[in-house]
Amino acid sequence: MSEVRFTDQHEWVRLDGEEATVGITKFAAEQLGDVVFVEVPETGRKLGAGGEAAVVESVKAASEVYAPVGGEVTEGNAALAADPAKVNGDPEGEGWFFKMKIADKNEFSKLMTEAQYADFVKGL
Amino acid sequence: MLNNQGRPTAPGSAHSEELPTISGDRGLDHEEGLIFELGRPGMTGVDIPQTQISDARLGGQRRKGAIGLPGLSEPEVVRHYVRLSRKNYSIDAGLYPLGSCTMKHNPRLNEKMARLPGFSDVHPLQPQQTVQGALALISELMRWLTTLTGMHTVAMSPKAGAHGELCGLLAIRAAIEARGETRKRILVPESAHGTNPATAALAGFIVDEVPATDDGHVDADALEAKLGPDVAAIMLTNPNTCGLFEPRILEMANAVHAAGAYFYCDGANFNAIAGRVRPGDLGVDAMHINLHKTFSTPHGGGGPGAGPVVFSKALAPFAPLPLLTHDENGFRYIEHRGDLKKGENPFGRMCAFQGQMGMFVRALAYMLSHGADGIRQASEDAVLSANYILASLKDVMSAPFGEGPCMHEALFDDTFLEGTGVTTLDFAKAMIDEGYHPMTMYFPLVVHGAMLIEPTESESKESLDRFIHVLRTLALEAKAGNRTRFEGAPRLAPRRRLDETLAARKPVLRWKEPAPVPVAAAAE
Amino acid sequence: MRYHPLTQSDRAQMLAKIGAPNIDALFRDVPKEAIVGRAKFDLPDGKGELAVDRALSRLSAQSTAAGSVPFFCGAGAYRHHVPAAVDHLIQRSEFLTSYTPYQPEIAQGTLQYLYEFQTQVALLTGMEVANASMYDGSTAAAEAVLMAQRVTRRPKAILSGGVHPHYAETIETVAALQGQVVRAPVTPGEAEDIAAMIDDQTACVVVQSPDVFGLIRNLRPIADAAHAKGALLIAVCTEIVSLGLLEPPGAQGADIVAAEGQSIGNGLNFGGPYVGLFATREKFLRQMPGRLAGETVDAEGRRGYVLTLSTREQHIRREKATSNICTNSGLCCLAFTIHLSLLGEEGLTRLARLNHATASSLADRLIKIPGVELVTPSFFNEFTIRLPKPAVQIVDQLVEEENIIAGVPASRLMPNDPQAANLLIVAATETTSEDDCTAFADALAGVL
Repeated sequence: MSEVRFTDQHEWVRLDGEEATVGITKFAAEQLGDVVFVEVPETGRKLGAGGEAAVVESVKAASEVYAPVGGEVTEGNAALAADPAKVNGDPEGEGWFFKMKIADKNEFSKLMTEAQYADFVKGL
Repeated sequence: MLNNQGRPTAPGSAHSEELPTISGDRGLDHEEGLIFELGRPGMTGVDIPQTQISDARLGGQRRKGAIGLPGLSEPEVVRHYVRLSRKNYSIDAGLYPLGSCTMKHNPRLNEKMARLPGFSDVHPLQPQQTVQGALALISELMRWLTTLTGMHTVAMSPKAGAHGELCGLLAIRAAIEARGETRKRILVPESAHGTNPATAALAGFIVDEVPATDDGHVDADALEAKLGPDVAAIMLTNPNTCGLFEPRILEMANAVHAAGAYFYCDGANFNAIAGRVRPGDLGVDAMHINLHKTFSTPHGGGGPGAGPVVFSKALAPFAPLPLLTHDENGFRYIEHRGDLKKGENPFGRMCAFQGQMGMFVRALAYMLSHGADGIRQASEDAVLSANYILASLKDVMSAPFGEGPCMHEALFDDTFLEGTGVTTLDFAKAMIDEGYHPMTMYFPLVVHGAMLIEPTESESKESLDRFIHVLRTLALEAKAGNRTRFEGAPRLAPRRRLDETLAARKPVLRWKEPAPVPVAAAAE
Repeated sequence: MRYHPLTQSDRAQMLAKIGAPNIDALFRDVPKEAIVGRAKFDLPDGKGELAVDRALSRLSAQSTAAGSVPFFCGAGAYRHHVPAAVDHLIQRSEFLTSYTPYQPEIAQGTLQYLYEFQTQVALLTGMEVANASMYDGSTAAAEAVLMAQRVTRRPKAILSGGVHPHYAETIETVAALQGQVVRAPVTPGEAEDIAAMIDDQTACVVVQSPDVFGLIRNLRPIADAAHAKGALLIAVCTEIVSLGLLEPPGAQGADIVAAEGQSIGNGLNFGGPYVGLFATREKFLRQMPGRLAGETVDAEGRRGYVLTLSTREQHIRREKATSNICTNSGLCCLAFTIHLSLLGEEGLTRLARLNHATASSLADRLIKIPGVELVTPSFFNEFTIRLPKPAVQIVDQLVEEENIIAGVPASRLMPNDPQAANLLIVAATETTSEDDCTAFADALAGVL
C-alpha cells in the first residue's frame, strides 16, 4: 500500500512502508520546461525536512529540490544523469529523483493530499 | 559598344520560389566551417624563421605531443573571419534596443586614440618615470569620473561592471570590519541585475530581497523595515531596472546611513542621468561605472568591459591597490602596503596591474569629445528617445508603469499578447526578420514577459519612427490573430531558432577530430 | 555635437508627442535638490575630432613606447608582434560593435569564434574543456581557486612562491573571504617543497610555470601529491606562447589551468584589456565560471552555436551562481583566436622556439658580464639575473643614461623580500633584435 503526498515546493513523495520516493510534480516539470540536468543526492546523505536535496535545471531556470520530509537517502536516480528528459516525460514515475528512509511519519502526514495540491496549484 | 552582345540590362522576371543553391551558400550569406576543418598541416599564415634550439634550458619539459592546431595561410584566415563577421548584428548596422545594455554609437576616434603607442605599447611594469603620459591620462579620467558623479575618489582597476560591484562590496566589508563590527546582510531589490545577488554572495554576505511596489519602485517602507544592525549595505540600481528613477532615493539613503549601513549603487543606468544628477548628491557610497555603456567603449561581442568604482569619503580609504598619487616628481602608482600614507587602508587587489587602460583611453576620448555639455545632452536625448518610444507604443503594447515618464529605457510586458498565442520570445524573434536586434526580454523579473527597450541617444528621429512603425504593426498583427510572422521566427537570419535544450543536455563545447571513417564504409 | 542625431525641432516634436512641456518634466522623479546645474561641473565643453586627437596624442608622447627603445619587461605581460590582419579584423563593425550573443540567430559570428577559441585553449593547455574567457590571467586564477574550494568543499589554497605576486594578491583578496590562502616561501630559481604543505583541508595547490622568475616547473610530482590528498592542482601560466614549446599542464596532471592569453593577439596596453584563459576537466564542467559556447542545430537541422549551461551564471542563478562574472573578454579572445589561427601549429612552434633562442642567447651574453649571475637554470623567454647592485638602481640608470628599459626589478613585485633586491627579471621575444641585445649587454657592462 503506497500513499502519495505533495509539498508547496511542488515535490511529490510516495511512501512505501519506511521508504519514501521523491520527485517533482507534473506542474513543476511543465513550469521548468525541458529539463537538461539533474543532480541527485548521494546515498547515505542525511536530510532534514526542507533541506536542499537535489538540483534540477532547464535551459533558462535552475531550481533546488528540497527534502519534503527528514531522513536518510537510500538511492539517487542515476538514470536521470544520462537522460534528464525523463523528468519531463514521466515526472511522477520514471523521473523520480531519490528515495529515502524517513525519520518521522508525522512529517509525511502533514503534507498535502493530491486533492489539496490540485487546489493549491489552481490558486497560483 | 559596351553591350554589343545583347547582354540584358533590365532585371527580367523574378522567380519567387526558393531554389536550393548548389554551394549551400546563399548570395552574400556564406556557410562557413570551423577553422579546424579548413587548415592543413605545415601551412602557416606568418613568416617566422625556423630556429634550432637545444633542450639544455628547458628543464626536461619540452613538449612531447603535437598541439593539434590547423595551418592556414593569411588569405584563408582573413576570409574565414570576414565571413563569420557577416553573421553578426551590430550597432553600426542597426538600432540595438537592448534595455540595460546601452548600445550607443562607438566613435572610431576612440579606437584610433586607444592605439596611440604611448597608451597601447607601454608595459604595466615599465619604470614609472617612463609612463607619465599614460598615468596623466588615467588621472584625467579619474577627475572626469569623480566630477560627474560628485564622489571622493575612484578605483580604476575593476575590469567590468560585476568586478566593480565586487570591488565596492569588498570596500564596504573592509569599512565595517575597520569599525570593529560584523554585518552579514545585503539588501537587494527583487528587480536587481543578477550580478548584484551573485556578487553579494561572492563577497560573503547573505542576500535579503526587498520587494517592489506596484508602480515599479523599490518598496522604501519595506526597505526601512529590514534595516538593522546586521545590514551591511543596500545594492540599488538607480534609475532602476524598470527604467524609473527612485523618487524616495534620498529618504532611503538617509535611512541606510542612519542604520550604519552603506549605499551601493549599480551604475549600469548612469547614461540616463550623467551630467544632470550626481550620485554623490543622492547619498551613494560606492558605484561602478560601466565604461562600455555610458562612455561608449565598444561591447566587442561581450567584452572587454571596464568597471571603475567611485567611492564616497567614507569608503575612500579602503579603495584597492594600486593607488595613483601625484607629487613634485610627477605621477606614481603606490603598489604595496608598505608605501601607503596614513589613513589609507586598501582591502586588497582586484587584478594584476592597473585595469583596462585601452578602455580608459576610449572613455576619455568620448568625454573630451562630448564635454560636460555634450554628456548632459546625451542623457537628455536618451531619456527623450525612450519616452518617445513609450508614448508611441503604449496604446498598442502594454506598459505596466506607463503612467509617468520613464528614464532612458521603456518597459513593456506581455499583457497585450494575452490570448494571441504569441509570446514575448516570438515577438522579439519577429523583430529579427524586420532587421532589428530584439529588446531585452524577460528582464526585469518583476513584470511578466518583460520587454525592455533602450534606444540610447544615438538614433535619429527617422530611425526611431521607423522602429516604432515596425513594432506597432507587429503588435497589431499579433492582436489581430495573424501569427505567421511570429511562428518559428526568425526566417531570414543566418540561422533559424537554435536548439538550446540539445546544447545543454549534451554539451559539445569544443571541436574534436572526427573519428576516422572505416575504409569499407568509405568505399561504399 | 557630432554624435547626436536629434535636432532641436526633432526634440520639440518628440516632447509634443510625449505631452511633456520640456525635458525637465521627464526628470520629475529626481529630487529637486539632486538636480545639478552646469556650473557644478568643473569640466570643459566638447571638442572637435582634431582637437581631441591633438590633446591625446600629446599625452601619448609623454610615455616611452616599448617599441621605441630596447625593451626587456615581462613578468606577466609580454611584447609580441601582432600581425596586421588581427587588428584589422577585430575592428570590423560586426565584431567590434555587437553585444553578448544572447540572440544566437544573429550572432553566429561571435558564437562560432568563441567555440573556436574554446577549442584552441583546450588544445593548447592539454585540457578537456575551456570557457569563453575571463577578464585576465590573475582573475582567472582567483576564479580557479574559488572553483576548487567549491569542488572539494575544502577551505585552503596553497600558493607556490613562484606565483606572480599580483596574482597571489588577487587570489587572496577573494579566496580568503570564505577560505584560507597560504603562500609558500619564495625561492628564486628553485622549486620549493610544496607537496609537504598539502593536508586534508587543502582544496588546491596553485603553481605557475614558467614561474614569476621565468623558471620552468615540473608539475607532475605536485599533481600526484595533491591528488593523493584529494586536492586539485591549478596550473597558472602568464606566457601562453611557452606552450608552443613546453609540455602542457594538462599532460602533467593539472585539474584547472588559469592563464593569461595576452601574448597571442593582444598588445601590452599598460595592463589591460587582456584575456584570461580558463580550462579544466570535463567532470568539473558544471562548476566552471564564465560563459560557454556550445554546438547545436537550428530548426532546419543546420549546425549552429549558442551560449549554453547558463544556469551556472549570475543572470539565472543569482546568489547561487558559480561566479558573479557577466562579461568575458570578447574582442580580446577574438584577437587571440585570429592570431593563433594565423600562427597554426607550425607558426606557434616556430614562434616559441625563436623566443627561447633569443632569450637564451641574451642570457649567455649578460652572464658573461662580471658580477652577473643567472638565477634560473631553466626558462622559456624570460629569466632572472642577480646583479651586484640593487636592480631598481640599475634599471633607473639604464633608462636615464641609455634609454634602455632593462626589465622588471623583482623588488617592484616583492618589495619586502630582501633576496629580491638585486634580482632583475628579463624577457626577450621575437620583437627583441640583435641590436637591442647588444645595446643592453654593453650598457649593463658599462654601469656595473
